[in-house]
Amino acid sequence: MSLTRRDALRTALLAAGSTLAAPAIMRHAALGAAPIKVAGIHDASGGLDIYGKPMVATLEFAIDELNAGGGLLGRQIELINYDPQSNIQLYTQYATQAATKDHVAVVHGGITSASREAIRPILRRFRTLYFYNTQYEGGVCDQNCFCTGSTPAQNVQKLIPYALKTWGKKVYILAADYNYGQITAKWITKYTRDGGGEVLAADFFPLDVTNFGPTITKIQAAKPDMVISALVGGAHISFYRQWAAAGMKKQIPMGSTTLGVGNEHILLSKEEGDGIVCAFSYFQEVDNPLNKAFLEKFHAKMGANAPYISELPMRTYIGVNLWAEGVRRAKSIDRMKVIKALEGGISLDTPAGKTTLDPQTNHTTLDVYLAQVENQAFKVLDTFPDQPPLDTQSVCNLIKNPNIDKQFVVDVKI
Amino acid sequence: MRRAALEIAAVVLVAALAALGLPQVLELFALINATVFVSMAVLALSLGLIWGYGGILCFGQTAFFGLGGYAYAVAAINFGDTTLAVPLALAVPTVVAAALGYLMFYGRISDVYMGVITLTTTLILFKFANSTAGDEWNIGSAPLGGFNGIPGTPPLNWPFDPASQLAPEQIFVVAVVCLALCYAAARLILRTRFGRVAVAIRENELRAELLGYDVRLHKLALFAVGGLMAGLAGVLFANCVFVSPTMFSLSYAGQVIIWVLVGGLGTLLGPVIGCILIQFLTTRAGSFSAVDPNLLLGVVFMLAVVVVPKGLLPSARTALVRLAKRGGA
Amino acid sequence: MDYAVIVALQILAGVATLVIVSLGLAVVFGMMRVINLAHGEFLMLGGYAAILAHGHGLNLWLSILVLPPIVVGIVGAVVERLLIRRLYGRMIDTMLATWGLSLAFIGGVTMLFGNSVTGISAPLGSFAIGRYHTASYDLFLMGAAAVLSLLVWAVLKLTPAGLLARGTMQNAEMAASLGVAPDRVYAVTFSAGAALSGLAGGLIAPVSGVLPTMGTAYIAKAFITVITGGAAMLTGTLAASALLGSVSTVFTFLTTPVFGEVALLVVAIVLLRLLPRGITGRFLRRAL
Repeated sequence: MSLTRRDALRTALLAAGSTLAAPAIMRHAALGAAPIKVAGIHDASGGLDIYGKPMVATLEFAIDELNAGGGLLGRQIELINYDPQSNIQLYTQYATQAATKDHVAVVHGGITSASREAIRPILRRFRTLYFYNTQYEGGVCDQNCFCTGSTPAQNVQKLIPYALKTWGKKVYILAADYNYGQITAKWITKYTRDGGGEVLAADFFPLDVTNFGPTITKIQAAKPDMVISALVGGAHISFYRQWAAAGMKKQIPMGSTTLGVGNEHILLSKEEGDGIVCAFSYFQEVDNPLNKAFLEKFHAKMGANAPYISELPMRTYIGVNLWAEGVRRAKSIDRMKVIKALEGGISLDTPAGKTTLDPQTNHTTLDVYLAQVENQAFKVLDTFPDQPPLDTQSVCNLIKNPNIDKQFVVDVKI
Repeated sequence: MRRAALEIAAVVLVAALAALGLPQVLELFALINATVFVSMAVLALSLGLIWGYGGILCFGQTAFFGLGGYAYAVAAINFGDTTLAVPLALAVPTVVAAALGYLMFYGRISDVYMGVITLTTTLILFKFANSTAGDEWNIGSAPLGGFNGIPGTPPLNWPFDPASQLAPEQIFVVAVVCLALCYAAARLILRTRFGRVAVAIRENELRAELLGYDVRLHKLALFAVGGLMAGLAGVLFANCVFVSPTMFSLSYAGQVIIWVLVGGLGTLLGPVIGCILIQFLTTRAGSFSAVDPNLLLGVVFMLAVVVVPKGLLPSARTALVRLAKRGGA
Repeated sequence: MDYAVIVALQILAGVATLVIVSLGLAVVFGMMRVINLAHGEFLMLGGYAAILAHGHGLNLWLSILVLPPIVVGIVGAVVERLLIRRLYGRMIDTMLATWGLSLAFIGGVTMLFGNSVTGISAPLGSFAIGRYHTASYDLFLMGAAAVLSLLVWAVLKLTPAGLLARGTMQNAEMAASLGVAPDRVYAVTFSAGAALSGLAGGLIAPVSGVLPTMGTAYIAKAFITVITGGAAMLTGTLAASALLGSVSTVFTFLTTPVFGEVALLVVAIVLLRLLPRGITGRFLRRAL
C-alpha cells in the first residue's frame, strides 16, 4: 500500500531534519581545563575548495601538533572549522559567529581577497584577532589583521625580471576579474615597465568563464613574447587546456602568479603544464631539513589523502605557529597583548625557510622561490632569502598610525 | 474582510513579539542571522504574491532584489546619508519591473517564455555586476567593485542624521516591521478589486479578458508591486550582509523558487516559513563536515517534493484538518 | 584574411558547443515538457565518466564517445523511474525535484572526488591557418554537433521507435489507445536525453574544466537556447544555437567574454519579445 511507503519517506524526512537541527559544529579538541578556542573559516566545498581543503588539513595538523606538545599556556586548543561553501554571505555570518558567539582567540581564514575584505571589518569591529594566510595583492594596513602570505613585491617582483630576461619584452596579461586580479595586473604592469618591458594588453575574466577560444586568437594577433596569467579558480584551468590544444604551448612561454596554488599543475597534463614559471614563498619541492620532516609527519598523518602543499596551506601552518609564539611571549590570549607580542619582532624557522613578522605592516619577510612546472611537479630554479614586504611597507606604517584601517591600492594605469 | 483583519492582526502581533522579544533573548550573531532570514523572507513573500496569486512565474525575482541592494549602496555612499537612499532604492527596482513587465505582458508572453526572459534578465545583471571590478566602474563616488561587491555598504542611519547609525538590534526590528508591513500590504491588495481580478487572471486569463478586464495592466501592476517588495528585501539584505553580484546569481534565483514551492504556492505565509526553514538548514549544513551540504539539501528537496508536494503550509493545514476531523468524529 | 578565417572557425565552434550542450535538454523538454534542471549535472557526470575512464587507462575516444552516454543513460533511466515518473504533468514539481537532484549530484560528486581529478588533454593537436594556430579539436566538435543532430533527426524521422516517440509526444492518449505504453516511451526518451547530455559532457571534457560545478555554467545557456528555439525540437535548437552562438562569439571578439555572454542573453530576450513562441513558433513550424 502506498501509504506505508509514504510513511517511510516521511520518517526519513523527519530524521534528516532533526539530524540537521542538532548542533553539529565539528570540534577538534581534547577535554580538559577551559580550552583556547580557534576558528578556521575556509571554503571546503564549492568552487574554491581546491584552495580551502588543503588549508583546513594543515590548520588541523598545526593545532594537533601544538596540542600534542602540551597545548598553549597549559591549555588545550579547540579548533572550530567553518565552511562557507564558496559563498561570501556565509563568510560574514561565520566570522560574526566566531567573534560574537564562540568568542575565539583568533580566526585563521579567508581565501579570496573578496572574502578577506568581507570579514576583516567584522573581526576588527568585534575585536577578534585575524590571520589572513593567503598570498594576495598587498596593501592591507590593519593592526588587527596579520597577513602571512606573499605579496607582489615578493612574488611578482621575482617572476617578472626573470621573464623579461629569459623571454623578451612584450607582455600579455590575463587576470581574474576581481580585486586580486585587477590589482595584481597593475603590479605586473609596474614591474614590467620598471624592467624596460611593455604590456600589450590586459584581459580580465570573471571567475566562471570557461571559453577562452577567442582570447587565444586575440593573443596570437597581438604577438607577445610571453603571457603572464593571474587566473584563479577551477573554471580558469580551461584556459591552460585550450592554450595547449591550440598548439600555443610551444609558441609562447607563460608565467603565472597563481598556478600551483590550486594544484593546477597536477590537474593539467604534462603537455599542458610543463614550462610554466611561478614564484611563491613555498613549494612542496623546496629542499630543506625542516620541510622534509614536516612532509614526513604530514603524510604519515593524512596517508593517501594528503593533498599537495602549496603556499596557502603552508602559510596557514606557519600562521598558526606565529600566533602560538605570540601567545607564548604575551603569556596570554588577550588580543592586544598578543598583538603587542607579535609586533615585538618574531622570527621562525619553518619548512618554507625563515619567516619574520614585520611590525610596521603586520606582514611577513620571507624566502621566495622561483620554480618551473616539470612533469606535474615544480622544479625550483632560484631562491631569494629574506624578502621584505616592500609594497605594503611603502604605504603602511602601523607603528606611527596604529589606528589606520584601510587597503592601499597601487596607483598604476595599465 | 473580518478574516483578513484578524489574520493581519495576528501577524502583526507575532511580528511585534519577535521584534521586541528576540533581541533580548538571542545573541548578537543569531540576531544578525535572523535579520538575513527576515530579508530573504520578504523576497520570498514578493514571489509568493506574484506567482501564487498572480500566476506570474518570475524566475528572476533576484534581479529586483539585487537592484534594490545596489541602488541603496550606491545612493547611500554618494549622498552620505541613507534617508533619501531608501526611497531611491525602492524606486529603481519598481521602475525596472514596470519596464520589464511592459515588455513581457504587452508582448503577450507567458509561462515558460516569461520564466526564461526573467531568468535571462537576472543573469545579465549578474554577469554585468561581476565585471565591474576595474577602476573605471564608479557611480559617483561609489566603486561597483565587481565580484567583490561593495563591502563597505553603509548601514541605515536615523532619518537625516548620518552620524548615528542603527545598531544590529535596531536593524532587526526594522526588518521585522518591513516583513509585517509587506504581509499586511499583500493581504490588503488581495482583498481589493484589483487583487481579486489578478487572481481571476491566474485562474483563467482568457475568461478574465473576455469579461472586460485589462489583463496586461493588472499583471504589470502586480509585477511592479512584487519588484518593489523584492527591492525592499534587497535594502534589508544590504544592511545585514553587504551588496555583491551573488544577489543576482542563478543559485539565489532558484532558491527563491524553492522557498515558495516548499512553503506552499498559493499562500502568503508559506513562502515566508519555507524561506526561513531552508535558510536555517543551509546554514546548519555548512557546519556539518560529515556530509556535503549540497547533497543534504538536494535530498531534502527531493523528499519534500515526493512527501509534501503541495508545500509545507498547505500540507500542514490539511494534516491539521484531518486530525481535527479524526478528533471530532 | 587569416584572422577572418580563424574568427569564422571560432564562431562555428561556439555554435557547435551550444548545439551539443543543448541537445539533451531539447529532447527531454521538447518531447516530454519536463524542465530538467539537473541537465547540467548529467553533463558533469558525463565529463567525470570520461576523465575517470581515461585516467584508468581506457582509450581516449572510447572514454569520450562511448562510456559517458552509456553511464549517464543508465543514471537517467534510474532517475526517471524513481523521481520523474511520479511528477509527469506537474512542471513546477519537476523543477523543484530536479533542482534537488542537481544539488545532490554536485554534493555527491564533491564528496567522492573533490576537485583534484586529472583532466584529459584535447586530442588531435593543432593546425595553422597562416600564422594563427587553433585546436583541431574544434573541428571535431563541429563534426560531432552535425553528426548528433543528424542522428537525432534520423532516429525520430526514420525509425519506428522515433515514430512512436513523436506520436506519444503529440497525443499520449491516442498513442495509448493504439497499444503504445506511454510510460515506456517516456522512460526511453528521458534516458536518451540523459545519454545525449552525458555525451556532451564527455565531448567538452578536454576543453573545459571538469568540476562538480561545471554544470551550472551550461544549464542557463542550454535552457535559454532550447526555449528560444521554440516548439520544433531539433530545428528550433539548431536555429537558436546558430543565432545565439554567433552573436556571443562575435561580441567576445569585439569586447570581452563577459559582454559576449551578455549579448547572447540580450538577443535571447529581444528574440522572445518579437517571437513569443520561440523561433519555430513562427518559422519552420512544421519541421521536426
